[in-house]
Amino acid sequence: MDFTLSPEHEMIRKTVRDFAEREIRPVIKELDRQHTFDRSLLPKMAAIGLLGICIPVRYGGAGMDYLSLALACEELERVDTSARVIMSVHVGLNSLALFQWGTEAQKQRYLVPQARGEQIAAFGLTEPGAGSDVAALTATARREGDHYVLNGEKMWISLAGVADNFLFFAKTDPRAQPPHRGISAFIVERRFPGVTTGSIHGKLGVRAGDTGWIHCQDVRVPAENLLGREGEGFKIAMSALDNGRYTVAAGAVGLIRACLEASLYYARQRQTFGVEIGRHQLIKRMIGLMVQREQAARLLVYRAGWMKNQGLRNTRETSLAKWYACDAAFESASDALQIHGAYGYSDEYDVERYLRNARGAIIYEGTREVHLLMQADYALGYRSDAPLRCELPAYDADIWQAEANNW
Amino acid sequence: MHAIVCLKQVPDTAELPKVEPADVMQGTLKVTRVVNPWDEYAIEEALRLKEAHGGKVTALTLGPAEATEALRAAVAMGSDEAVLLSDPAFGDGDAWTIGYTLAQAIRQIGQYDLVLCGKETVDGNSGLTAATTARYLSIPLLTCVIKIREVDFTAHTITVERLVEEGLEVVSAPLPAVVAVIKGINEPRYPSFRGIRTAARMAIPVWGMGDIAGLEADKASEAAAAVRWTNIRKPPARAAQCEIIEADTVEEQARILADRLLAAKVI
Repeated sequence: MDFTLSPEHEMIRKTVRDFAEREIRPVIKELDRQHTFDRSLLPKMAAIGLLGICIPVRYGGAGMDYLSLALACEELERVDTSARVIMSVHVGLNSLALFQWGTEAQKQRYLVPQARGEQIAAFGLTEPGAGSDVAALTATARREGDHYVLNGEKMWISLAGVADNFLFFAKTDPRAQPPHRGISAFIVERRFPGVTTGSIHGKLGVRAGDTGWIHCQDVRVPAENLLGREGEGFKIAMSALDNGRYTVAAGAVGLIRACLEASLYYARQRQTFGVEIGRHQLIKRMIGLMVQREQAARLLVYRAGWMKNQGLRNTRETSLAKWYACDAAFESASDALQIHGAYGYSDEYDVERYLRNARGAIIYEGTREVHLLMQADYALGYRSDAPLRCELPAYDADIWQAEANNW
Repeated sequence: MHAIVCLKQVPDTAELPKVEPADVMQGTLKVTRVVNPWDEYAIEEALRLKEAHGGKVTALTLGPAEATEALRAAVAMGSDEAVLLSDPAFGDGDAWTIGYTLAQAIRQIGQYDLVLCGKETVDGNSGLTAATTARYLSIPLLTCVIKIREVDFTAHTITVERLVEEGLEVVSAPLPAVVAVIKGINEPRYPSFRGIRTAARMAIPVWGMGDIAGLEADKASEAAAAVRWTNIRKPPARAAQCEIIEADTVEEQARILADRLLAAKVI
């Protein structure tokens, strides 16, 4: 067993940390206050290769491994959740799903520009009436010759307002039993006639992130944009979530670290009863718990990343990492705010933003209740993972970093 | 075009408060090391010259084995080659011994058009090494460079803008030359992941004293240093008082502030 990060990983961590400190930190407080998504961040992320970090070079990516994706997410969310969300949606939920399930033509057409950051991608699964109950989704896809006609609405979609491409889940067989077998996945371009999107305002947190809805009204999608096979949409969605949740968990580790760093600094500055507050046992308790949560969450994330690198199925481990890390981040943010006292309650300090940002992740990409039930079911033997027709490819540095011959 | 960038690995300035004088004397700093921020501008400028004119960039440093990491950072940004000069025999040199060693190494690297470096390092802060290196190479030295106006690699000339106290000074010199750059000349790029891959795998040559042709040990070693650090101490912490001026409007706050500053004879 080896817990050491490679020099390559260390350089990635430092690069993304510097990037977040220079590009996001100086502006994030105001962007969050103004509920503004900073679109100019996307080309900057693309320029260093973040938007295709763990996609093979021949598909336009940087050819790094899955652990690198986690390091990047951790460093981004250490500064703000909204930047990590870009990675979760564009890389985790969409691009990796194309990489796992897409045909060579689909990869060339969509994955290559996405990995290069020339096109931005989002993931449309959740609907106004279907969240955790995925099989209850009502969007439909009707086959008409060499096209599918899509209708339906998706809600709480990150990057809905900026994405060029969407992974859109709809029922090709609304009467299928069980219902989830009737779901299929489609690559939908924003420019397809009938696609409209809008933004959702009034969120508690991640206010510098873009969240919205996508509406499809008789959108004609070429049959070759069906991802996987008809009826395979549920499995594609769940496998995509294995990657999305991984990025959320990794980001949560960064958020815990942000809470810890802020708390350590403040606990040594602020004095009460004649000593710096770090000397008080009840402050130490909160600090100690933050350390515990940070380390435990990181180890769970790294194990999931190691499994992805090995090509091992990791639904169970990723779910556990996501559940634990997100709960731990929220608790840490709450403690960090407590350590800061009344100042923490004001947006003069960052910890109130950490608290608001941490709350959402206990709901999205599997609520804590979903993950708790999954873990219990695995333990009780009520749940197991059957092999997928297309598994997420194991990481192979030589293959992933080989340059393409044809372009 | 071949640009050689001389850089130094230094403590991260954000962690300078953690640096203890005793650690400096023993050479055992317990802080994060980074590329000297001024040198990052030099790397960026070299990369821009390469992008505009073709050619290559070589990163060069003198330091302990860990200084390889600084060279890898330069490669991750886009430098093509790197050389580490490392040998316990170099010891703690001064600007003369280091300039001499760098110059000899640069001669060994071979044909070059430019030597770029930052105006100084954030640890030693002498700003002398560019000068001693140029002196030992017997080539022109251009310091405080805020803009390279024109470089002609055929006619072997360079024209730069120097930021001096009185304003901007435009200077031309024949190439090769040593160019020490200052903040504002560019905005250093981030390493790309592609560059990080290359950097992580690159076998960076390490030249000891015996590996540099023509290097005279008695000029490169610590014994030849004219400057020694005999006593290092931190300046005493300044006691500062903070006062928040309360008023209903910003204008009122500004007026009170101006009055106070006048009263204190600051303005």
